[in-house]
Amino acid sequence: MSVLTLTGNYAVAWAVKRARVQVVAAYPITPQTTIVEKISQMVENGEMNAKLIRVESEHSALAATFGAAIGGARAFTATASHGLLYMHEVLWWTAGARVPVVMAVVTRAIGPPWNIWTDHSDIMDQRDTGWIISMAEDNQEAFDLTLQAFRITEDDDVNLPMIVGLDAFILSHTYAPVDVLEQEDVDKWLPPRKQLYVIDSENRYSMGNIAYPKDYMLMRYDIERAMERAKKIIEKVDREYGEYFGRSYGGLIECYKCSDAKYLVALMGAWAGDAKEAVDKLRENGYNVGIMRVRFIRPLAVEKILEYASGKKGVLVMDRSISFGSAGPLFIEISSVLSMNGKPPAMKGVLAGIGGVDVGYRDIMDIISKFVDEVEERGWFVKRQEWFFSHKR
Amino acid sequence: MFVEIRIHGRGGQGAVTAANLLVTAALFEGKYGQAFPFFGAERRGAPVLAFARISDKPIRIHSEIKEPDMVVVFDPSLFEIVDVLAGLKPGGKILVNSPEPIEVKGSYEVYYVDATRIALELKLVVAGWALINTPMLGAMAKVLGNISIDSVVKAIKTNWSGKLGEINAVAAERAFKSVRKIT
Amino acid sequence: MSDLIKIKDNILPLSVTSEAAMGKTGSWRTFKPVIDYSKCINCYLCWLYCPFSVISKSEEGVVIDYEYCKGCGVCANVCPVKAIAFVPER
Repeated sequence: MSVLTLTGNYAVAWAVKRARVQVVAAYPITPQTTIVEKISQMVENGEMNAKLIRVESEHSALAATFGAAIGGARAFTATASHGLLYMHEVLWWTAGARVPVVMAVVTRAIGPPWNIWTDHSDIMDQRDTGWIISMAEDNQEAFDLTLQAFRITEDDDVNLPMIVGLDAFILSHTYAPVDVLEQEDVDKWLPPRKQLYVIDSENRYSMGNIAYPKDYMLMRYDIERAMERAKKIIEKVDREYGEYFGRSYGGLIECYKCSDAKYLVALMGAWAGDAKEAVDKLRENGYNVGIMRVRFIRPLAVEKILEYASGKKGVLVMDRSISFGSAGPLFIEISSVLSMNGKPPAMKGVLAGIGGVDVGYRDIMDIISKFVDEVEERGWFVKRQEWFFSHKR
Repeated sequence: MFVEIRIHGRGGQGAVTAANLLVTAALFEGKYGQAFPFFGAERRGAPVLAFARISDKPIRIHSEIKEPDMVVVFDPSLFEIVDVLAGLKPGGKILVNSPEPIEVKGSYEVYYVDATRIALELKLVVAGWALINTPMLGAMAKVLGNISIDSVVKAIKTNWSGKLGEINAVAAERAFKSVRKIT
Repeated sequence: MSDLIKIKDNILPLSVTSEAAMGKTGSWRTFKPVIDYSKCINCYLCWLYCPFSVISKSEEGVVIDYEYCKGCGVCANVCPVKAIAFVPER
């Protein structure tokens, strides 16, 4: 144990150092900047042996990270919001090339109007790219998840890149105790990088040449197979991390007091902590509720969601972003899975905390108790959208 | 035990560092903590906010602090431009950097410490500004009553090595001893 | 399908110079790179830059595989001593 008081961003930087990352390329953007600032300080003072590449945009940042990775280096980048959107094309490229890369995304709203606060629109916009996508609940998990990401992405059965998401400011700029582990212990747990192929002067391949439709489709199918295999690897890596370091989080989904609950709340990110507080308080008032904290939106834990929600009376989904013209993206995902159940539970999608609106445990208590009361009164229903604007005090 | 603290300062006075070091000191006491700035643009000299939570259990919540148990004011002139008492719980604590007792209306416990004089005596000055965050940190620990000065000194020395750490530690110790309750 | 590069059961978007979907691409050329070995300094820039990896190193120096060279001209362009002429086919 080696506990320091760190912001979420510094926790990620420490994990990058502990993973012995060799190449970092990034472009500054609020609220991501302090991750790479800290890494560059660690490189400058000799704590970390890595090459930092300065680039002129996020598009180039991921392209350079990708280039380093296909050359065999353990590579990392980080971004947020508009930076992530500008990078979007290269995300497809990296996943399509089946090259392990780890990227931190400090989730932030998209303009206009300009807004630097937390919102999940940026990260949810990447769901179709072929990246594994995760969200941390607190600074410690941001550290642990970043370390786990290298093991997951570099597994022979996976070979896909991964995003580690953390909420703007409420994690990225908030100081909390973080156990950054000892270097020799991490070295024993995380072996040096391996990957399916390396392109260098001795191993000359062309990557991304034209593929005729049938070949192309087969490669797409293969990415999907890797995503499916990644589910098992994510569970395994989290379990082994727990055995080794004493902390694990339930793999794809963390189930908090949901086994005996009649109602579940599904959500992702830092406000899950406030939701746990709300659930504890509601249980004292006779509300039998639990939480499905979605740690990975890709791959989606279809089997676990079905298992956890089986026999429940209602499932409430809280989204911190909206897919305009439809519903909150997490609601779309969860409800599509629950509709596979012969007797789906009552469902409601609540849109809250968008653009950084503060949502505390009292607000979440109100949101949950209202849903439970409605189902108890009216019986089964599905409501795709309910906007929660105001918050207490 | 669960305490929520709001610090009022001016950009550049080190309010966020003070909150951060308070959490580190709490950590040395086997407690848990969380420190964060106001999430927006900040400028040197402009009024700023920093927040801290201290608890004997792990802290799960990440929402704003709207009803603090304690308010810390780094610069008494802020009373005139900011509502420093906003949301402060009845019976809550106020700690002010001031050379003399000040009058605050309402049912609060009010404390004062001359952090500026302590900083000037120890030549803790940068670009004409007295560095008051470490004396204010020492005073905060005393007023909270559950964080020892030893842990505060350890936190300061973790943050600044050598002579700088020594001087800041002395500043915190002096404030810890000289903070007074207004009765 | 048999031409796809598979490693440990993963199908990868990689290719090497061989007859693949597009056949022998050398027939596409309208211009042909020709190396003047008396000028070549063996810097291997052409080898590094060739986007289709058809230039290889050998005892005698760099060699262009004309069966697959599409005649893009990058090699002629990057050669620092102008040892590669880019001449019309036929």
